[in-house]
Amino acid sequence: MQELSLNILDVAENSVSAGASLIEITVELDRRGDRLTIAIGDNGCGMDEETKKRVADPFYTTRTTRKVGLGVPLFKMAAEMTGGGLTIRSEKGKGTQVTATFGLSHIDRMPLGDMAGTMSALIGSNPDRDFRFLYRVDGRSFEADTRTFREILGGISLGEAEVVTFIRGYIADGIAQCDCESPENERTVSQGND
Amino acid sequence: MKSLAELAALRDQMQEKIGIRHEDTGNTRIVVGMATCGIAAGARPVLQAFTDEVAKRRLTNVTVAQTGCIGICQYEPVVEVMAPGKEKVTYIKMTPERAARVVNDHIVNGSPVVEYTIGGMK
Repeated sequence: MQELSLNILDVAENSVSAGASLIEITVELDRRGDRLTIAIGDNGCGMDEETKKRVADPFYTTRTTRKVGLGVPLFKMAAEMTGGGLTIRSEKGKGTQVTATFGLSHIDRMPLGDMAGTMSALIGSNPDRDFRFLYRVDGRSFEADTRTFREILGGISLGEAEVVTFIRGYIADGIAQCDCESPENERTVSQGND
Repeated sequence: MKSLAELAALRDQMQEKIGIRHEDTGNTRIVVGMATCGIAAGARPVLQAFTDEVAKRRLTNVTVAQTGCIGICQYEPVVEVMAPGKEKVTYIKMTPERAARVVNDHIVNGSPVVEYTIGGMK
């Protein structure tokens, strides 16, 4: 993976596969604390104890097409390389929360990348599910919620190409504004959005 | 800065042109493999390019969707096109540029791009 937003897309796809109707993605940058926190939470089927224990093992997977499952191990490695880590809370039948922390200024931290692309890919490809995206930079925040979009759109699907294109622009603008308005904007944090 | 008012305006425009869509009749599906293998190989910009092209051309009855691992990771990004009444076409090693051509040649003009398929790839 070349950017963290791709790891987020990959992990959120697991939430889709878990049958979640609501997937919440939070990206929080704390420059003073030198910390980047990424959380992906869902209300899907959750994991049993055995799966939870082995989820970071690259040679364990629930899929049948290949005997490897690299998504979570790669995300964990990306976090640990920066002095951070990855935790997973999951309860069978209730859902899963994956939280990764990163050293924000660590030289090995991958750029966050195109979060608007990740969110619009998830929303457009899964128009019947709800997604809530929260982006926080030093206390400032931007939120995009498909439940709000759905209310405005009436019967028009979130999967319509023109709607997806709008959502990508809307989220990209929101992130850019959050980054610009941040009091400590001397370092571009969402490097992939440059 | 885009606003939600723009989304409401888009809804109004779209309501005029979109009738009731029957998912099982006349709807072409473009399905992009979005498992770890696909994502790492560049599936997201490919999906984005298909969405942009469909939006730009204002194509109705074309759905861009995603699926998990298709099972041919070495050929990712992999895209399947399912047009009603036609055999499924699987495209491999896709790029955003190739996506634009697939929309033009296959989706709009009904002629699959053979050189982007496994059999046609050199």
